[in-house]
Amino acid sequence: MDLSFLAIQALNGLSSASSLFITACGLTLVFGVTRIVNFAHGSLYMIGAYTAATLVPRLLEFSFGPVTFWAGILASAIVVGLIGVLIEVLLLRRIYGAPELFQLLATFGVVLVVQDVTILIFGPEDILGPRAPGLRAPVEILGRRFPSYELVLIAAGPVVLGLVWLLLRRTRFGVLVRAATQDREMIAALGVNQALLFTGTLFLGAFLAGLGGALQIPRVSAHAGMDLSIIAEAFVVTVVGGMGSVPGAFLAAILIGQLQAFGILIFPKSTLVVVFLLMAVVLAVRPYGFFGRPEAIGGTHAVGVASRERSPFATLAALAVIGVLAALPLIGDAYVLKVATEILIFALFAFSLQLLIGVGGLVSFGHAAFFGLGAYGSALAVKWLALPMETAIPAGLLLAALGAALIGAFVVRLSGIYLAMMTLAAAQIVFAVAFQWVDVTGGDNGIVGVWPSAWASGPITYYLFTLAITAAVILLLMRVIDAPFGYALRAARDSTARAEAIGLHIRRHRWLAFTISGAAAGLAGGIYAFSRGSVDPTLLGIPTSVDALTMLLIGGIQTVTGPLVGAGVLHVLRDQIMPLTSLWRLVLGLSIIAIVLVFPRGIVGTLRAWREERA
Amino acid sequence: MSEPLLEIWNLTASYGRAQVLFGLTFQLRPGEVLALVGRNGAGKTTTLKAIMGLVPAIAQKASFKGHSLSHLPTYRIARLGLGYVPENRRIFTDLTVEENLETGRKAAGAGRSPWTPERLFRLFPNLAELRGRRGSQMSGGEQQMLAIARTLMGNPDAILLDEPSEGIAPVIVQMMAEAIRAMKAEGVAVLLSEQNWAFAAGISDRAMVIERGEMRFEGPMAELIADERLRTETLGV
Repeated sequence: MDLSFLAIQALNGLSSASSLFITACGLTLVFGVTRIVNFAHGSLYMIGAYTAATLVPRLLEFSFGPVTFWAGILASAIVVGLIGVLIEVLLLRRIYGAPELFQLLATFGVVLVVQDVTILIFGPEDILGPRAPGLRAPVEILGRRFPSYELVLIAAGPVVLGLVWLLLRRTRFGVLVRAATQDREMIAALGVNQALLFTGTLFLGAFLAGLGGALQIPRVSAHAGMDLSIIAEAFVVTVVGGMGSVPGAFLAAILIGQLQAFGILIFPKSTLVVVFLLMAVVLAVRPYGFFGRPEAIGGTHAVGVASRERSPFATLAALAVIGVLAALPLIGDAYVLKVATEILIFALFAFSLQLLIGVGGLVSFGHAAFFGLGAYGSALAVKWLALPMETAIPAGLLLAALGAALIGAFVVRLSGIYLAMMTLAAAQIVFAVAFQWVDVTGGDNGIVGVWPSAWASGPITYYLFTLAITAAVILLLMRVIDAPFGYALRAARDSTARAEAIGLHIRRHRWLAFTISGAAAGLAGGIYAFSRGSVDPTLLGIPTSVDALTMLLIGGIQTVTGPLVGAGVLHVLRDQIMPLTSLWRLVLGLSIIAIVLVFPRGIVGTLRAWREERA
Repeated sequence: MSEPLLEIWNLTASYGRAQVLFGLTFQLRPGEVLALVGRNGAGKTTTLKAIMGLVPAIAQKASFKGHSLSHLPTYRIARLGLGYVPENRRIFTDLTVEENLETGRKAAGAGRSPWTPERLFRLFPNLAELRGRRGSQMSGGEQQMLAIARTLMGNPDAILLDEPSEGIAPVIVQMMAEAIRAMKAEGVAVLLSEQNWAFAAGISDRAMVIERGEMRFEGPMAELIADERLRTETLGV
């Protein structure tokens, strides 16, 4: 490892930092003004890459030269900026006042829609863009060859930083944007049309995302999946830098770029882990990042389970439902039972999340971590310790509970959007470990051969086994929600300050809730592993977390039974619709957006509201 | 008597199920200072916010310069020429004094000499020395001056001024009184919500007393000053 090698490595780090900063800068600007964490920002980046990779070669056919190339990159970014305006006008404008959970889910709905639409428009193939005219020859640095395009990228970051700085400091638009970041209502009272300001900000943010994506085309081909990988990194950059802070994003991007460039030398496979560990460390020391500030008053609008009088028929109804479910093997074939088993597992998973979100007001965006830890814990126990199912499932539960206790200790210090981002990051760490620690976890392939014990191996017995456990645990958790512990969580959800003032130790309660919820999710994961016979990293991915959130959303966030209904509905719909169309993500994404806009109370919540209106 | 600038008929407002304002009717005339006084929680701040469209409220009629205010978003109300200086001032603390002034800038109506930073610095000499200072590094009194100056940058015909004397040194309160007189001299009408009785009594032409969201008195300030019984009963002064 000589000096020239280190220098090249540092330059590599700088060029990826530049790209990352340009994208993350847009995200942080949009968050600063609108207070929405735009999950679809990565999708805008992906559209930028696809657009440029398609547009620039055609432009170069007309007139080959650097001017055409850069004009094409700029044009692509402008196209993406306009798409951002469209997203603002059609969707974001309607959810500025909505709870954070709904904002995150709605913008994730856009992610799903864009994934399918991108494939529809650009096709399923990766698109390799042209190399930049005039920048094809590498330059020599300390005797090593370095691509000259990367040098341009290194310069692009500070240039964008400078231009954004000028825009924010030297123009009326910039002054208003900075003022709106602090106090939107006051800006309106001074006669400023917020809608226009927000639309302008979205254009700028999306333009930067598009630029970030378009600049990638000579380096990497435009491909599906680049949206989620960049958004996770962009989240880290904005959170570490302090949400809403442009200089913070720059600093964080440089740090992360270098950490990745050199981390790869020390831990060749742990780049993801290193990045997210950085985030965890920074947030543990500075809960609002480098230059961030605490959320303004009323930053979190918690929605959740409210107290209601217990219906005298509740117990009877629960028993009846369990009875009907227990009788299902009499009429259902093996396939129905398999689907029903999965629904029960996901009902438990979604219910464990309801304990955090609906009861505790803690919007966890990484609940898949605990589901996955439970599944992996069980599978690893089978693979490495040769444990039978009866002890492997508790082992998985234990691993998930430990993971939740550890992650919970970090995140209960935070609230609102920072908590959501931190749980997402934690889940990505776990995902990265499962994905990159191939020797132990099997990496991408996962672990196979996780079969239940002989007595439970038939579809009927495994179904009944799942039913018994999920019913017992859900009833237990319902009891927890209705106990003083549940009241304390709800009090803290509705007003942290007041709950503390009456002497509740909020962090401890929340930490306990996190651990219990993680353990329950882990139990669901363990049962799931044995029902499928295998585990793989997708169990830990963002889409799995979003599945659980969608179940909550469908069923209704304000009801205890909502997640159970939501799990059933989502699973059945997926089972029925997915084989019919290749556009399942489009359907799901649009459905999520529609529910947020039209039925924010979900199925159970809407039914209850109807019934109460009639009564 | 001149045409009223701001006319409010039967204003009611509620926070959730709790009704706060019960049918307030009043008018603000051009160039006058109208004091809105009452005890803590009487609904003074809510009245101002309701006029600006910042809290949900219903009025039989609400108009400013002949334009109906019903269903108008806040920024449109402000653009009609109705300025608002909130309680707690709500300065943009990340922005400098000059940038704060910029956020309030709007073109002046025809035939009026517009407020400029230079003119405002003459009105509030303390601010002139702080041009490049951030809002976060200013005292409460300086912030209050800035809040008023920022609103004047929009060249309003009327200003709703919420508790300008709250938490401010007496010498600065004196300056506030002078500033209000200067605004009045420029023809700007002021609706002044105040807890500080002496301050309000000293600069207002007319007064309204509200108690638990209901109007108890509306008339010339001199009349309220003379009516000791009503003052003791509703204001405790």
